[in-house]
Amino acid sequence: MSVLIDKFDVFAGGFWLTLQICVLAAVGALILGAVLAVLRISPVPPLRAVGTGYVNVFRNMPLTVVMFFAAFGLPALGSNADFLRVPGLDAVFSRLDTDLPYFRFALIALVLYTAAFVCEALRSGVNAVPAGQAEAARSLGLTFGQNLRYVVLPQSWKASVVPLGSVIIAMIKNSALVGFFGIVGDLSQTADQLTSAEGYAFVPVAIGISIGYLIMTVPLGALLDRIEKRQAVAR
Amino acid sequence: MSQQSVLYDVPGPRQRRLTLIGSVVATVLLLVGAYLLVYRPLDDKGQFSMELWGPLIDPSNENFSLVWDRIGLGFKNTLTAAALAIVSSLVVGTLLAVLRIQLKSLTQRRFTGLATPLAYLLRGLSTLLSAVTRVCVEVFRGLPVVITIFFVARGFPEFGVSFDTLWYLVIGLTIYNSVVIAEILRSGMEGLPGGQAEAAAAIGLSPAQTTRMILLPQAFRIMLPALISQLVVVLKDTSLGFIISYEETLNIGKQIIGVLDNPIQVYVVIAVMFIVVNYALSKLAQYVQRRLSRGRKTAGTPAQNPPPAALAAQSESNGQGI
Repeated sequence: MSVLIDKFDVFAGGFWLTLQICVLAAVGALILGAVLAVLRISPVPPLRAVGTGYVNVFRNMPLTVVMFFAAFGLPALGSNADFLRVPGLDAVFSRLDTDLPYFRFALIALVLYTAAFVCEALRSGVNAVPAGQAEAARSLGLTFGQNLRYVVLPQSWKASVVPLGSVIIAMIKNSALVGFFGIVGDLSQTADQLTSAEGYAFVPVAIGISIGYLIMTVPLGALLDRIEKRQAVAR
Repeated sequence: MSQQSVLYDVPGPRQRRLTLIGSVVATVLLLVGAYLLVYRPLDDKGQFSMELWGPLIDPSNENFSLVWDRIGLGFKNTLTAAALAIVSSLVVGTLLAVLRIQLKSLTQRRFTGLATPLAYLLRGLSTLLSAVTRVCVEVFRGLPVVITIFFVARGFPEFGVSFDTLWYLVIGLTIYNSVVIAEILRSGMEGLPGGQAEAAAAIGLSPAQTTRMILLPQAFRIMLPALISQLVVVLKDTSLGFIISYEETLNIGKQIIGVLDNPIQVYVVIAVMFIVVNYALSKLAQYVQRRLSRGRKTAGTPAQNPPPAALAAQSESNGQGI
């Protein structure tokens, strides 16, 4: 068990890096997913088709394929994703000290993949609003924008909080994959490093890694359960 | 159309005209965007050359049959692992769900008629067991499936048990997915109207019989769509076999790329294969859902709306995972 104490900084560093990946990917996925949801409920057929196509493609493709694509396909287009050096984002990355090889690629893959599920969670929220609500709003003379802003979105937001939360939990778990794509130092990479390269006993390392992930996933799940119970009572 | 009817009325002539204009503008913008952002960079790097695509789409290419033999083998391995993992996680998941329901009913029993210390012992034991299973479920549900598979592949040899990589993959997937399936089934059983279990108790069925004959079949029926989407997840998750060097589709793809050096083309082909299979499975889930809702109406049974918890479980398992 001494590895847990001796190598505490390694575990903590892995946890910290994983957390950073998760937060960045969650922000990106929420933004992209919201845009996709708008596309999917828009009245213009081609835009709707784009949204639907995107969701179908990314929902049915394993994240592993998306990651492989990002990690080995994108470099074929330009070395080390230099074409992705967005000035503002670049500053954020260098401040976080996360400008590692494959970091951008892994982040892109996670965002692209998770956005499809975020979009579906948001859209299912809109669909959960009873049609009568929007009809009543229209009969009052509210425009499309007002209808969305004052009537549909506030209600749909409530219905989509819980699915969104499960999407984010799933994303945290999915982020474990990045360690196997050369993101040096995240939790799953730590597991690999300590057991195979440095020859530490397997069980304590496994326990340390598990605790790291469970700290992120279990409280979030418990919080969602509570929100869900409250909503069930409110209905 | 259902999504539209919430937000818009049936469009009038002016709205139709606007939509048409919007469609044309959007199509043009999309095509231009696709050309500039996708086609041109790809073309600049020569990614459309027959040299790269040939081994995958041109039957006269010398490597064509070789490549497809390998991909076929990988696909077969993927399906084998998926089928084994699906069967075993369904079995283990069902057992786990039944166990948790049984333990829950045990904790509520008072064991009257037994000696007081014995009754207390039994009550303590059942509470303990139920807590232990609960913790196990939470832990395995909270761990990434990648980590589970990795731990299985690393940990089993550590304890002197070694199998084929196929079995590590299957065991790892089973640990994760059986827990998820158990939760789906359990929320299905708990969401059933209380009268079902009460009626079963009234005609003298034991708790075990009630679960097996009354609750479980109904839970399976209600939760079938969620179960099918979980199966899509299992199929997707088999692609994680690459981390323990199981020869599934992706791993084979990696080998092909090592020889032919055409990553984008190979991944496109593999992605299309996954998308086709999984899309078909999701369509099956939707079909089943429609069939079930129609069947309920014609049978004249009371509507069994899945409870909110069940819906959440369903959305959680909605094709996520890796």
